[in-house]
Amino acid sequence: MNSSALVTSIAGVLAAAAPVLFAVIGETISERAGVLNLSMNGMILLSAMGSFAVALATNSVVLGFLAGAAIGALVSLVVTFASLTLLQSQVAVGFVLAQLCRDLSYFLGNPIMGKVGPRISQVPIPGLERIPVLGTILFRQDVMTYLSFILIVAAWFFIFRTRPGLTLRGVGERPAAAYIRGANVNRLRYLYAAIGGAIAGLAGPIYSLSIKAGWKGTISGLDGIGWIVLSITIFGGWKPFRAAFGAYLFAFLQWLGLVLQPSLPSVPSQVLQVAPFPLMILTLLFVNIGNAEWVDRSLARLPENVRRDIVRVLRAMNATPPAALGVPFEKE
Amino acid sequence: MQVEVRGITKCFGAVRANDNISFTVPSSSIEGILGENGAGKSTLMKILSGFYSSDSGDIILDGEKVTIDDPADAIRQGIGMLHQDPLDFPPFKVIDDFILGKKGGLIPNRRAAIREFNELATRFDFSIDPESYVDTLTVGERQQLEILRLLWLGSRVLILDEPTTGISLPQKEKLFATLKKLASEGMTVLFVSHKLEDVEALCNRATVLRQGRLVGTVEPPFDTKVLVEMMFGKEIPQEPKTQLRMGTTVLHAKHVELEGIRIQIKNIDLRVRAGEVIGVAGMEGSGQILFLSACAGLAQPVKGSICLDEDEKDMTGKTYHEFRKKGVVYLPAARLEQALIPGLSLTEHFILSEGMKGLFIDRKKSEELAKSRISLFNIKGRPDSPVESLSGGNQQRALLALMRDPLKLILIEHPTRGLDVESTIYIWGKLKERCARGTAIVFISSDLHEILKYSDRVLVFFAGRVTPPLRASTLTVERLGRLIGGKDWDSIETEVSHA
Ligand SMILES: Nc1ncnc2c1ncn2[C@@H]1O[C@H](COP(=O)(O)OP(=O)(O)OP(=O)(O)O)[C@@H](O)[C@H]1O
Ligand SMILES: [Mg+2]
Repeated sequence: MNSSALVTSIAGVLAAAAPVLFAVIGETISERAGVLNLSMNGMILLSAMGSFAVALATNSVVLGFLAGAAIGALVSLVVTFASLTLLQSQVAVGFVLAQLCRDLSYFLGNPIMGKVGPRISQVPIPGLERIPVLGTILFRQDVMTYLSFILIVAAWFFIFRTRPGLTLRGVGERPAAAYIRGANVNRLRYLYAAIGGAIAGLAGPIYSLSIKAGWKGTISGLDGIGWIVLSITIFGGWKPFRAAFGAYLFAFLQWLGLVLQPSLPSVPSQVLQVAPFPLMILTLLFVNIGNAEWVDRSLARLPENVRRDIVRVLRAMNATPPAALGVPFEKE
Repeated sequence: MQVEVRGITKCFGAVRANDNISFTVPSSSIEGILGENGAGKSTLMKILSGFYSSDSGDIILDGEKVTIDDPADAIRQGIGMLHQDPLDFPPFKVIDDFILGKKGGLIPNRRAAIREFNELATRFDFSIDPESYVDTLTVGERQQLEILRLLWLGSRVLILDEPTTGISLPQKEKLFATLKKLASEGMTVLFVSHKLEDVEALCNRATVLRQGRLVGTVEPPFDTKVLVEMMFGKEIPQEPKTQLRMGTTVLHAKHVELEGIRIQIKNIDLRVRAGEVIGVAGMEGSGQILFLSACAGLAQPVKGSICLDEDEKDMTGKTYHEFRKKGVVYLPAARLEQALIPGLSLTEHFILSEGMKGLFIDRKKSEELAKSRISLFNIKGRPDSPVESLSGGNQQRALLALMRDPLKLILIEHPTRGLDVESTIYIWGKLKERCARGTAIVFISSDLHEILKYSDRVLVFFAGRVTPPLRASTLTVERLGRLIGGKDWDSIETEVSHA
């Protein structure tokens, strides 16, 4: 592969990671508040289908994206309502919704199958696009990819640098402590679940109005992405930059699968296509292995300097979820 | 600020936690709130601080009737509460915990907050690094952080719910100095405790509750006997210290070296014998918990070995499960997080711990078991009460009631933390009964009186060092206090005891 092809490929990986990034950051925000939205997989499909339908009907990609965000927020609010108000299990409701939204998108999407509709295109940034290498990688993308870059920084800044962000973390960590500090725990959980859902909902139109433009029903190739999004959220340790790294890693692995295919003819193509999924789960395992008791047990007998180094690495990788994730809050 | 409550009543289902309580606390004073476990102290304080709303009754601040909607509202009106278990954010940085809840612009001015934090901390002679993480602090420091935070938010009434149960002696002295200073500057302090000596040392007055009712208010000089009678409605006889004969080896820790996240302990050597009680003292976080965990297979020594029984079977590297099979149990201090299961009733806990045979639960039999244990351990609760609805003291009784019989070795953190005098005597009576039958006990406590009173030998931890086992009869509270603070260690070598 020559260098210009490589540069284009990197640019492609960044663009392919954009929807995953939106979904992961959205889920991160929601989980930071303590709401686990397991419906992600179906929700992405439904918003991909719905936003394409809206864009097709109105001939407006902007309305398409808005529809995607609205669907995301709505699905997320259903999970939140079931858990915070009806006190049902977030896991059960989220899981059922994941299946329901997926089937709904296939069913409702039938009439628009295979139609050609509007899509967004690349908007090179004048001047900057001419920078060698970097110009191609960063500045010859579409709007949503640019926004995905901004989203990482903005989410990090909001969560870790602003006052509402601090309260958001507090609500997911220890709602009782946030409550005595004046936070309206349930209202904030609704709010951030909706915001997180809306951001994650944009993943749908990024696929159906850009990366995989159109709606192709069961062969859209979007089924499964949502589950990976959930695992990347954990891999990311509920931190935007680390989550972004996870999203890019996943996109890179998918790209690698495609590139390697011609040079590995003996391996069935399906294997390379699904390989990124188990690989992500493996990395996930790696992240949390430091918590396992048997690791502790085996480490104790290693020579001191080796042990110290391993412990340090494990501790750096380790990620602890918001302590109140999935736990409803009651005052009395 | 003068605080007055008038006719406060609060029920939880059939339980009258507060029954028509009225009293007035003048400003610039420290009021002790005394009462046995489950008397309703925490409930009353939570009503004052907006956590609960009362069923009836009024709260009057500086002569004006107020309504308090929620804790944030209480703080706006100047009432701040330090909860029994500090309500802070363990994984956060101290300064973030400090800022959270303070109103202000979108981006908090951390620099200014750090400056103000440091100024406040210096005023009270606390040394907490604002950039450190809350979970690296001791319970005492977390209290200090919470007090600073409440002062920063402008509290004029400070409620402390059993603040002395988890902290060391020097920290307690510092806390008392702080409270006295605050009171002299106009603060009203409500100090909830079981510990008569604390109330006697600190308070300008003591109000006693019993079974949800106000029994009376006492002015100094306090008479311990009178206070005890008011609290329990009867006299509590102190039991004489009994000397038991020691049996065969139960546990032998040989040259054990341990490593925790922030601590390293070298060369612990201890032989525990059947029927013996070993007290483990030290500033919180000096490695006592790590040592106890290692004795139960919950932490791994990096050097040395842990052996059980007379034949010194090497158990190093084995799991807690295997230790349990050999008759070792570990009771952690974080009751609701580690030892009890919120949401399950007392009966269900007994079913779990008894490991009843068969697929189906014998409801009737297990409820009878629960009933008999409840009365045996004097737990204020019903078989179907979820454990989290029990008062702190009763949770501890439940935990002890859950232990199987017979056992070889009980490792226990703070066996009577949060218990009133009667329960403390009661619980230790139960533990000593087991000792008489050959069980050995190793316990951690920050209450020096408890250590001296109940142990045969004492280990003191300080900054990664451990004393050899010292005979309790050769120690005094003062000497133990100095050892915990790292003083007088040279003198120990000369008087090591060999059991
Ligand atoms: N949330 C609750 N739900 C049901 N019952 C409760 C609740 N909180 C307290 N109670 C009951 O009210 C009574 C008073 O409890 P409270 O916690 O006020 O006692 P306390 O004096 O603080 O006791 P302790 O010294 O053990 O902390 C107890 O019988 C307790 O079981
Ligand atoms: Mg209490």
